[in-house]
Amino acid sequence: MNSEIIRVLAFLVGVIAFAALNAAYLVWLERKEAGHIQRRIGPKEVGPFGLLQPMVDGIKLMTKQILIPDGVDPILFRLAPILAMIPAIMCFVTIPFSQELVARNINLGLLMIFAFASINVLALLLGGWASANKYAVISAARAVAQNVAYEIPMLVTVITMVMITGTLNLNDIVAQQPNISQWYIFRFSASPLMPVAFLIFFICSLAETNRAPFDLNEAESELVAGFHTEYSSMGFGLFFMGEYANIVIGSSLAVILFLGGWQDPFGLFPGVWWFLIKLYCLIFTVIWIRWTYPRTQFYGLLNLSWKILIPISLFNLLLTAGFLKVF
Amino acid sequence: MNQLLTAQGLGGVVFLTVSTAVVIGALIAVNSKRLIRAVTGLCLCLIGVAGLYYFLNSPFLALMEILIYVGAVGVSIAFAIMLADPHPEKKGNRATGLGSLFGFICGALLTWGLIKTGLSTHWQGAAAKINSGSMLELGKSLLTTYGMVFELISVVLLIAIIGSLALGKKGRSNHPGKISR
Repeated sequence: MNSEIIRVLAFLVGVIAFAALNAAYLVWLERKEAGHIQRRIGPKEVGPFGLLQPMVDGIKLMTKQILIPDGVDPILFRLAPILAMIPAIMCFVTIPFSQELVARNINLGLLMIFAFASINVLALLLGGWASANKYAVISAARAVAQNVAYEIPMLVTVITMVMITGTLNLNDIVAQQPNISQWYIFRFSASPLMPVAFLIFFICSLAETNRAPFDLNEAESELVAGFHTEYSSMGFGLFFMGEYANIVIGSSLAVILFLGGWQDPFGLFPGVWWFLIKLYCLIFTVIWIRWTYPRTQFYGLLNLSWKILIPISLFNLLLTAGFLKVF
Repeated sequence: MNQLLTAQGLGGVVFLTVSTAVVIGALIAVNSKRLIRAVTGLCLCLIGVAGLYYFLNSPFLALMEILIYVGAVGVSIAFAIMLADPHPEKKGNRATGLGSLFGFICGALLTWGLIKTGLSTHWQGAAAKINSGSMLELGKSLLTTYGMVFELISVVLLIAIIGSLALGKKGRSNHPGKISR
């Protein structure tokens, strides 16, 4: 058997394990962080610092029964959670954790991530619709409106980045940022608005992954639980894992595009640990934002995208094009 | 079994899987009674087509197929169905008599045309066309040879957007709860 095939298979298993473990331990981080922000302790009973809590939760989820309520579309109801998870795993395939630690370093890596991330909405839509529950349908409709609105400024920002980098290969993009002054967030020679571009990208990735303050489709107080109201057991578990995997992917992309990926700030010892440090700092910020800001309203959400983010990102695109032409 | 694990054997398996996905997806899209399942079948079919592009060494086209047709078109069709009616069934029965005869003739003509094109065209091997469909080639031809067509297509899209806005405006009234026809 070809050694390349074995390598890719081994990476695939590793990536699935990484996604699952991340989902479990990000829940722990989320609960701990929320606890400390709200002057409580958070989980502490199972294991030291409650570190075994996610494992216990996972076992509980797996041993529960999958309930299929009357009136649901049986095929689509089962299909939707799987459809939420597979694209997320596919995205991990091309993310460079370090120069060598990447399953498949394809030249169109950036495009591939956006192509597969766009399927995620379909999973939410099918899950919400197949549940035959009005809350789930409302939630799915909100998710689509939100995703469509925030995909535009995100992609315009990414186009700006691609104009500067000249490549869609994620490893090459990282290689162009060897130390902190050359990270794209501080690359003022390309465009004076680079930090703003990072901010737009970050806000859009929050909205795309349905995180607070943009978690309107999971507003518990009005929609019970959102599109996964009718799901129990691992059906719910898969949606959950897909959601956390998407947060990891969004933060990884922000790290790769703007914060130098696996390169270290001072040009010393680049490697996978720098990538993970930056990644978890961003994820910590994502959780921090969730427990700090209240949920926005729907019109505020759409106004932010169409009236503020899209004009600024388009202006940044033009400005960058001008800078690239002149200098 | 040994042959299956060579590059060629795996390629054959991938090709068969992908083309089966295309055929099954298309059948679901045409035959399903529930519209939302038909859309899912269409998405499966389009993912299969993207797989075929990838198989033919055009990863850019494959990813664009997924991004645009599954991610954008599929989602908007599903969204439209969901907003129109949560559980729509296909209205009407199968065509009988003259209608089915006409449908059969059209289908037969289409099949005949496709088979004739397939047999009479002199196809180049994949190796001779290794770089067509790459991003560089596509970008160059879109902005030079086909620049005019590219711009005209964007005008068509603009007209479609304005048209949908005009239609959407008609159905709206200033009194909530009352929809003017």
